[in-house]
Amino acid sequence: MTTQTTGTSTLTLGKSINRGLHHALADDDKVLVMGEDVGKLGGVFRVTDGLQQEFGPERVLDSPLAESGIVGTAVGLAYRGFRPVVEIQFDGFVYPAFDQIVSQVAKLRYRTQGRVSMPLTIRIPFGGGIGSPEHHSESPEAYFAHTAGLRVVSPSNPQDAHVMIRQAIACDDPVVYFEPKRRYHEKGEVDEGVDLGALPLGAAQVVVAGSDVTLVTYGPLVKTALDVAAAAADEGVSVEVIDLRSLSPIDFAPVEASVRKTGRVVITHEAGQFAGLGAEIAASLTERCFYHLEQPPVRITGFDIPYPPSKLEQHHLPDLDRILDGVDRVMERTNSLSGGAAC
Amino acid sequence: MSREDVLTAADTASSEPIQLVAPDGTRRRHAEFDAMLADVNDDVVADLYVDMVAVRRIDTEATHLQRQGELALWPPLLGQEAAQVGSARALREDDFVFTSYRENGVAYCRGVDLEDMLTVWRGNASSGWDPYGINMATPQIIIGAQTLHATGYAMGVKLDGGDQAAVAYFGDGAITQGDVNEALGFAASYQAPVVFFCQNNHWAISEPVDLQSRVPIAQRAEGFGIPHLRIDGNDILAALAATRIALERARSGGGPTFIEAVTYRMGPHTTADDPTRYRDQAELDEWKEKDPLTRIEEYLHTRGMAVDGFREAAQHRADDVAEKLRRGITTMADPEWAAVFENVYAEDHSWLNRQREQYGRYQNLFGSDAGGEA
Repeated sequence: MTTQTTGTSTLTLGKSINRGLHHALADDDKVLVMGEDVGKLGGVFRVTDGLQQEFGPERVLDSPLAESGIVGTAVGLAYRGFRPVVEIQFDGFVYPAFDQIVSQVAKLRYRTQGRVSMPLTIRIPFGGGIGSPEHHSESPEAYFAHTAGLRVVSPSNPQDAHVMIRQAIACDDPVVYFEPKRRYHEKGEVDEGVDLGALPLGAAQVVVAGSDVTLVTYGPLVKTALDVAAAAADEGVSVEVIDLRSLSPIDFAPVEASVRKTGRVVITHEAGQFAGLGAEIAASLTERCFYHLEQPPVRITGFDIPYPPSKLEQHHLPDLDRILDGVDRVMERTNSLSGGAAC
Repeated sequence: MSREDVLTAADTASSEPIQLVAPDGTRRRHAEFDAMLADVNDDVVADLYVDMVAVRRIDTEATHLQRQGELALWPPLLGQEAAQVGSARALREDDFVFTSYRENGVAYCRGVDLEDMLTVWRGNASSGWDPYGINMATPQIIIGAQTLHATGYAMGVKLDGGDQAAVAYFGDGAITQGDVNEALGFAASYQAPVVFFCQNNHWAISEPVDLQSRVPIAQRAEGFGIPHLRIDGNDILAALAATRIALERARSGGGPTFIEAVTYRMGPHTTADDPTRYRDQAELDEWKEKDPLTRIEEYLHTRGMAVDGFREAAQHRADDVAEKLRRGITTMADPEWAAVFENVYAEDHSWLNRQREQYGRYQNLFGSDAGGEA
């Protein structure tokens, strides 16, 4: 049961989470992995592949198909001193567990005046772009970010995914860990021996430095944002990309610093716009650095519709060109709304 | 569980609730239940009676405190003393209990500091006691949610090799909830050492039990492969024996048990409720005849015990309990404003820090630093 603790290897994002779970299970015998199909099958995305074989069915439990049951029994296990890591198979399947997450997991510490800890990690593959039927491509992060008592995070690359799952499991607060499922197969260098304290779970990161526009995003769209920065550079526009990593709380300091520098901000996420993360970011930036803004913040997001069928998802999901169009708006260059914005 | 066991259990469910002490105090024999009560002599029964009187006094006193404006609300358990005390007295100290908000009789038996019972209902905090202090979670308000917590706790007991049991208390109103059905499913699948103790008190606020179930509630367990017992919930000896049977099964690796204690909520749902709008006085009168306390008085009388003696002991305990409750409420300090922001997170949270800091500055406008540093 030894785990590699040093050295760098090339891993997919999915495998990097698998390795993180492996470390957590090996390091703390109170850590349990629970969920539908997480055992023999290794999860429908194979993120838990091999874990049951190595740690046994008492550490890696296949659960009956009932999401409230999975989270609710994890609450009881946490009462008993365990540190459950539950998998919700798909984003759109989390709602039956919503009550247990919002009314129990999030509130038990407050309710008991700090006497009961809920160190759960709730893993949710989320987002679109994989051509799935309904309920398999949603971005429900705002529901959870709106709920006090939860921490909400989303990694964008294999190294972060690895470190953040280990940090999430070690955290005494409940963490909803959104995995960008369309990036599961993206590869990157992962150092499993990295100091887990070096970059806190809640920290945002500037992933590309720039001077003209601040582009704020997280999870699956970080890769797209990097492409945006490269394309904009070709057009002479310098884009600074910030990967939020944590959605609750949001680490506003680097975002504010960036906007004070650029005066222009575009926020992009797959989730719908209305009352979404972008709304909070735009409002907070307006409150905090109004006099540094050259242009109103622009949000490029999914539409406020039920997730569309896969033949239409290309229209719904923000992509390189739509985000570039947003960059053009804050840069006051010709864009889709030139000649008068819709009111 | 064998097929024969299931069939036996089903027979139990469909028959009259098991009763050891009839409303008139007559002792009825039941081989399996009586075998669990070999140590329960008349003195023990008298002690249980004293507990029930104390619990009833808590209820009366808290209701008065609500009427006097000291509490915002109180959920009375009047009529359910036997179900709660009988089951709770079967537990070991290291068993863990997950209840709804009406189980103040259970909390009393777990040894709660009495004033901690009132904290929630006064609005001072969202819970009163330390769950790990008395091995009892704080009252659950979301109907049925705690059954999953009990099941998960019991799964944990099994995983870490303990011999404790978890007990989930809930009512007839909870049995239609998805969580309760999921809990039964999980408990059966994992053979978790959990006891599902359903107090069928006939009313979920204004909704009668037959709106919840067309079959005896205990029978629901059958489909999950969970052994079940249906008892007279106003009979403290039946409640004690049934819970002991369930606990013994749990500790010996036999998995979950479902107990339906058929009882009656003689009071309102809470002090904010008006039951005259939905139920007949005749029904209430009928259940008054089945009072859990008077039947034990009658029973002990037939056993030759001096009624005055244990009544006096009970009165003494009840007065003591009432006095502690009143003293507790009058010495309970109102919370400081900073408590608003405390214990939301275990670890630092930048957003909440900012809100707290800003609200502290707002408070400072009024020269108030009572909430602590801001």
